[in-house]
Amino acid sequence: MGNFDKKLMKFWEIFYENNGYTKVLVGLKNTLFIAIFGLLLGIIIGTIIAIIKVVPKYKKLPQILNALCDFYVGLFRGTPVVVQLLVAYYVILPLLGMNISALTVCVLVFGLNSGAYVSEIMRGGIMSVDPGQMEAGRALGLSYRVTMLKVVVPQAVKNILPTLGNEFIALIKETSVVSFVGAADLYVAFNYIGTNSYEFMVPYLVMALIYIVLVMIIASLIKVMERRLRKSDRRN
Amino acid sequence: MIDVINLKKRYGSLEVLKGITISIKEGEKVAIIGPSGSGKSTFLRCLNCMEDPTSGSVIFEGVDIADMKVDINVYRRDMGMVFQQFNLFNNKTVIENIMLAPVYIGIHDLKVKKYKNFFIKLRNTFAKQKKPLYEINTTREKIKIDVRENAMRLLKRIGLEDKADVYPSTLSGGQKQRIAIIRALAMNPKVMLFDEPTSALDPEMVGEVLDLIKQLAEEGMTLVIVTHEMGFAREIATRVLFMDEGRILEENTPEQIFSNPQNPRTKEFLSKVL
Repeated sequence: MGNFDKKLMKFWEIFYENNGYTKVLVGLKNTLFIAIFGLLLGIIIGTIIAIIKVVPKYKKLPQILNALCDFYVGLFRGTPVVVQLLVAYYVILPLLGMNISALTVCVLVFGLNSGAYVSEIMRGGIMSVDPGQMEAGRALGLSYRVTMLKVVVPQAVKNILPTLGNEFIALIKETSVVSFVGAADLYVAFNYIGTNSYEFMVPYLVMALIYIVLVMIIASLIKVMERRLRKSDRRN
Repeated sequence: MIDVINLKKRYGSLEVLKGITISIKEGEKVAIIGPSGSGKSTFLRCLNCMEDPTSGSVIFEGVDIADMKVDINVYRRDMGMVFQQFNLFNNKTVIENIMLAPVYIGIHDLKVKKYKNFFIKLRNTFAKQKKPLYEINTTREKIKIDVRENAMRLLKRIGLEDKADVYPSTLSGGQKQRIAIIRALAMNPKVMLFDEPTSALDPEMVGEVLDLIKQLAEEGMTLVIVTHEMGFAREIATRVLFMDEGRILEENTPEQIFSNPQNPRTKEFLSKVL
């Protein structure tokens, strides 16, 4: 154990005295930033796609949109997120001649990626809402769109919140690949500490701990949110 | 008020309605009875195009609402519908359930009028002949207040004003169904369609719902009711339709149909249920 003590000392030296913790804080901030905004973007995209997929398809336009959405979902579920990041950053951006920060690219890619997954989650959620709710809205003279937005989607969101929470947790963990395009996340921070102290055991252990604590905090937040949303199910 | 002409509905190869022609006048209370699978509910749901008829027309106040080009939402406002499973919006409180449609539609109409007025004004600045503007004598706030007042009045009428702010999951079946009825009434419909309103209720709660429907009947509302409650049909209906296998086999006053049925199928059905 004497060995471990020494390693701990070394880690502490870099982490605290050489300001390694500022890098960790930046990494944590970036990780959360990418995960939160990625999920928000994913929810927006996913909701739109899910709605396109559940509307009745008598006309041409919904059919075309539906085919496009199928293509999009197939594309983003069919490739690893690392590949999407690399392609976005090293292929698409240069081709378009755009100069965007790696962080923004990460948010966009993770947003698009989780949009594909969220759309399937949302679709399941919308399908699980009692069709009678839609009927009641339509019978009152509300349009399909309004009933969907005011009655069905809110209930669907409530149904899928636990699954959406899982998606957020998955996203937080997946962000650990953003260093591939040079964005500074937790991995970059702890890798920096490791290289400077010539010692990787403790930094990576701490990194794992941070991820676990992060996920546990988020899981309990989701639970609180769920309980509040469930109030319409409870007798009071 | 509603004229149904040769209405047919098929699902794939299954023909549910095989040509129904009937006319329902204002103030009439029509009860539809018949065995299950006879197409009663489908027929009722075709009246406000919850199911689009395969062929035939449903003429409501002179407009064929079965025509797909018609904006059906406008006509559905005048046709309240009550379902077997109540279908209260689970994510809204009781008062929000009642207010949702009238408030939304009121504000939507207001928006449309303002939008049109804007273009009329624009046109009037250039044209010699001035077009009159749409009259606007209300605001969003006023619509909300009026609708809330009306909703509370309706809730008081059924004695559930203390339940205004609870969610439907906390209510009994009878309470849910009565709220579903006044939710439809809040739109001031010209006709009310009931799809087996008491079939999903505990027996002890059937009475309170039937009483409310009876009150509506006495106030002169036009009603179309699909029901298995023969006693109720006999009491409030001015006309009873007997349906089987997608056709109306017999229609008559309740006295005639219940005491002296003509069609052998009607006789058989009534002998089983009475």
